[in-house]
Amino acid sequence: MSEILTAGTVWGVLLTIAAYGLGAYISRKTGHPMCNPLLLGTIAVIIVLTVCGIPYTEYKQGASIVSWALLPATVSLAVPLYEKLDLLKKNLAAVLTGIITGVITSLAVILGLSVLFHLSKSQAVTLLPKSVTTAIGMDVSASLGGMPALTGAAIAVTGIAGNLSAEFVCRLLKITDPVAKGIGIGTASHAIGTSRAMEMGETEGAMSGLSIAAAGIITALLAPLAAGFLH
Amino acid sequence: MKYIYQFARILAVCFAGEVLAKILPLPVPASVYGLVLLLVLLCTGVLKKEQVADCAKFLVAVMPMMFVPAVAGVMDLTGEIRAMFIPFVLACIPGTMVILGAGGFAAQKMIDRKRGADHV
Repeated sequence: MSEILTAGTVWGVLLTIAAYGLGAYISRKTGHPMCNPLLLGTIAVIIVLTVCGIPYTEYKQGASIVSWALLPATVSLAVPLYEKLDLLKKNLAAVLTGIITGVITSLAVILGLSVLFHLSKSQAVTLLPKSVTTAIGMDVSASLGGMPALTGAAIAVTGIAGNLSAEFVCRLLKITDPVAKGIGIGTASHAIGTSRAMEMGETEGAMSGLSIAAAGIITALLAPLAAGFLH
Repeated sequence: MKYIYQFARILAVCFAGEVLAKILPLPVPASVYGLVLLLVLLCTGVLKKEQVADCAKFLVAVMPMMFVPAVAGVMDLTGEIRAMFIPFVLACIPGTMVILGAGGFAAQKMIDRKRGADHV
């Protein structure tokens, strides 16, 4: 039965769009950050593949054109970053200090956990880029010898955690400036966190969006150094 | 044809990024080289925003969907997840709160200091 479904060339793409569409629909209806379209869409795909007995490798091949579009999409992040360049210039010192502090903290947290739990190098580098946007994070994970799929899952969970905890953390540490809030949220929890920052205010949202690309670039540069500490 | 040309410009930048990733010894992915290169082209005015913006914004808007096939790969990694479940959860939840706090706190301190300096 499943051979008939997977015999053609379009089913993988169609399944991806249908699953993500379902996730986006539930997300819009509930409005809850736990109902993240990527997370729900992925779960839906896994359920369909498991129920129909289709091996993941076949789906991966069927949907390869969807994954192929990631490179041009990631490069395209330069356009929203370019549009926020004035905001960046105006707050340059705070932006750079905040993002670099966030990225170094992120790398230090993962190095600490890998010592504490005796993680292998492959396990540690899988978690190393978990705070940055999925495109850059999965690439960094792959190029350092990690497990990109697991990095992708970690990135989605991280985004949800940042989205849900942002207000609490800012209140706890008396982070009151909208620029500072946005930088913290974007650096720690990429686009999923940014959607909460946008609800907090326009400046918060713009700074958070800017931090996504900047933190991604800085992580891509620093993660290999951090990986050097691992055995 | 407008959109095809926009897409072709973005692909040309991707291609340059792939070439850079191949020839430079840094372990930086092609996507990051491409992103920085496109930003430089826009800032220097070599490319005008209008020459790529429609296509770029569309790609960015649908990007989350593009991760579904790759992340679904976790279905073949259940053993690997079980092996590192606790550090995975600690890194993603409390870890993220620490990173958010550190980045935001550092930025807040810089802003406070600048504001203080402005007043003096």
